[in-house]
Amino acid sequence: MSNSTLNDRDIVFACRNLHVSVQDKDGTKELVKGVDLTVRKGEKHALMGPNGSGKSTLAAALMGHPSYEVSGEIWLAGERIDELEPHERARKGLFMSFQYPVAVPGVSVANFLRASLAARRGQEIPVREFRKEMTTAFTELGIDRSFMSRYLNDGFSGGEKKRLEILQMIMLKPVFSLLDETDSGLDIDALKVVSAGINEATGPENGMLMVTHYQRILDYVKPDVVHVFMEGRIVRTGGPDLPRQLETKGYEWLLEDSAVGSGGTS
Amino acid sequence: MSTKQNVASINQDYTEKYGFHDPEDYFLKAPKGLDHEVVEMISRKKKEPDWMREIRHQALDIFTEKPMPKWGNMELLGELDFENIHYYIKPKGEQAQNWDDVPENIKNTFERLGVPEAERKFLAGVTAQYESEVVYHSISKDLEKLGVIFMDMDSALREHPDIVRKYFGKIIPTRDNKFSALNTAVWSGGSFIYVPKGVKVDIPLQAYFRINAENMGQFERTLIIADEGSSIHYIEGCTAPTYSSDSLHSAVVELVALKGAHIRYTTIQNWSTNVYNLVTKRAHAHEDAIVEWVDGNIGSKLTMKYPAIVLKGERAHGEVLSIAFAGHGQHQDAGAKMIHAAPNTTSRIVSKSISKDDGRSSYRGMIKVAKGAHGCKTNVECDALLIGRQARSDTYPTMDVSEDDVRVEHEARVSKVGEEQLFYLQSRGLDPDKARMMIVNGFIEPFVKELPMEYAVELNRLIELEMEGSVG
Ligand SMILES: Nc1ncnc2c1ncn2[C@@H]1O[C@H](COP(=O)(O)OP(=O)(O)OP(=O)(O)O)[C@@H](O)[C@H]1O
Ligand SMILES: [Mg+2]
Repeated sequence: MSNSTLNDRDIVFACRNLHVSVQDKDGTKELVKGVDLTVRKGEKHALMGPNGSGKSTLAAALMGHPSYEVSGEIWLAGERIDELEPHERARKGLFMSFQYPVAVPGVSVANFLRASLAARRGQEIPVREFRKEMTTAFTELGIDRSFMSRYLNDGFSGGEKKRLEILQMIMLKPVFSLLDETDSGLDIDALKVVSAGINEATGPENGMLMVTHYQRILDYVKPDVVHVFMEGRIVRTGGPDLPRQLETKGYEWLLEDSAVGSGGTS
Repeated sequence: MSTKQNVASINQDYTEKYGFHDPEDYFLKAPKGLDHEVVEMISRKKKEPDWMREIRHQALDIFTEKPMPKWGNMELLGELDFENIHYYIKPKGEQAQNWDDVPENIKNTFERLGVPEAERKFLAGVTAQYESEVVYHSISKDLEKLGVIFMDMDSALREHPDIVRKYFGKIIPTRDNKFSALNTAVWSGGSFIYVPKGVKVDIPLQAYFRINAENMGQFERTLIIADEGSSIHYIEGCTAPTYSSDSLHSAVVELVALKGAHIRYTTIQNWSTNVYNLVTKRAHAHEDAIVEWVDGNIGSKLTMKYPAIVLKGERAHGEVLSIAFAGHGQHQDAGAKMIHAAPNTTSRIVSKSISKDDGRSSYRGMIKVAKGAHGCKTNVECDALLIGRQARSDTYPTMDVSEDDVRVEHEARVSKVGEEQLFYLQSRGLDPDKARMMIVNGFIEPFVKELPMEYAVELNRLIELEMEGSVG
């Protein structure tokens, strides 16, 4: 696909021939082995695949994690971003909800949110305005206000962390979001609240890629496209009915299938 | 690593904010070096009673015979040249009670350091020491009426000789260590506070210590006595010009918290990085008394300081809360000592250190539970944060427990500014400097929140400067 296509105003996020590897004591290990992905405005994509297949690695590499060696192109709203640092990508509207959000003791949720928001918008937000926005988002996600003064993710339960991730998504208004197992560890009520948040933050101008293991969330956040990721590759791309098939058949048959052709998007 | 660049940026700001110096214009400047003649001269100039003069001379002999400490940083201690120090400098003018009566240069210096402003805004009393002497002193009328005494130590020796004689050197004996002996021989200035029974001083008192001359030795002596059921919060700050050769600051601070009294002693130490800061601090906490040392060490070349609390009376409580920042070329060897000498006494030590570039910080702590001191509880928490590959941190905890019925908890953690924390914050749009700053600020938060607001802001600002341009 030529760059002019990726410049297409209709495409909100894309990557081409993405390879990700790490150096560890045994040498270089390739974790993502050539991924092509195209997400159009308003589209929700789901990414499913077995444990250890490289889904989180892919997401983190797209966000710019420093411990990976990455080659290939990454495009956000018509712009190449693969040379940018994580914070520059974030400021341009890329967001990632972490599978394991990181605790930062001593830093209050409110202070952190205010700094992130200022970074994203390129200007300080007056305290009162910020308070109002934050309170609205807290209410929406059913997070108790006492969390505003708690230390970021410090001692939070699994579900509390995930809610806070989506709260950030709502407040930061990203152009494109990578959601890594945001549904894991959520109780039924939380799942509904979080899904509503995700849906709200993904309007006709945005897009997202949601990593998940379960059909459950897909009942609330309806994907337009579903990819199956195995051994560092997209081995199958299909519609919203693909997850049901996976639920009954598992993943192995796809691997046998794809040994012939290659995966990847159309 | 952009070490060069960091250092430049730290010094630039330090020089501008604190590292400037006044032209030398003194009433008296002792020649470099130390002998009985210098000691005699100091004591005579101060018109001291014989007993004090004798204590000084004895102390000098003890100082001479005592070996250098075998801990801390023996290499840096070895480089300290006692012959290249001025042991006494008296600035011109008399001690003033009004800033307008302080000599112009000195007044401007303290203005620049924000001392009069702080005094107007939130302090109940101030002493400002310049070189060897306290040049300015004030105490609020309200406190005076309640019988609170706050003055420099030299004046206290003249005006309240009985109290001074009763306590001087009783908490920290001359021969405690080489530097307590040195201080006892040449001490000058420092604060004296007496809080009468039941008087609660809600607004802090502050002392500011300023070194101006090159190769200066500053040896203030502080004594605080909180009588039964009283309370006091004392704050000290200090800075010095940046010179290429060494200066020495060696204080002795003695605290006595009588039955049910509460003393909080807060230090924000920000000497320039050519100052050796070798200080002895110790408190006696009697029955039901509380003593807290809140100790921030940001500056100096080498700091060796282990605030101690002897829990002498039943149910006394001691706390040491400290933060150390060791940047390029600095070694902060700090810690705490708790002596549980009575039953049911409790203590807590929280020590946090940040080492950056080739900076080094050490925690050196001692917990002692004496025979018969049953039912004691003590809790020690040490956290070290390393920034950069060369940064270093060590802990040297010592426990000496002679009772069974004692609860001792000790935790030590060393962490790096984590790549995952950085990435998380960066993924939210924060640039690496800001992200690192946030992590460091979070790390010191438990300390900062114990400070009065104005100092918290200042401490954050200082650390922010030290962090500038660092590479994690
Ligand atoms: N920095 C790293 N160094 C070495 N190995 C790594 C690194 N990051 C990931 N891996 C390895 O790469 C593989 C893929 O990990 P990844 O976390 O991307 O899997 P995943 O598909 O997200 O799995 P899960 O469904 O369990 O979350 C794993 O075997 C993991 O151990
Ligand atoms: Mg994963």
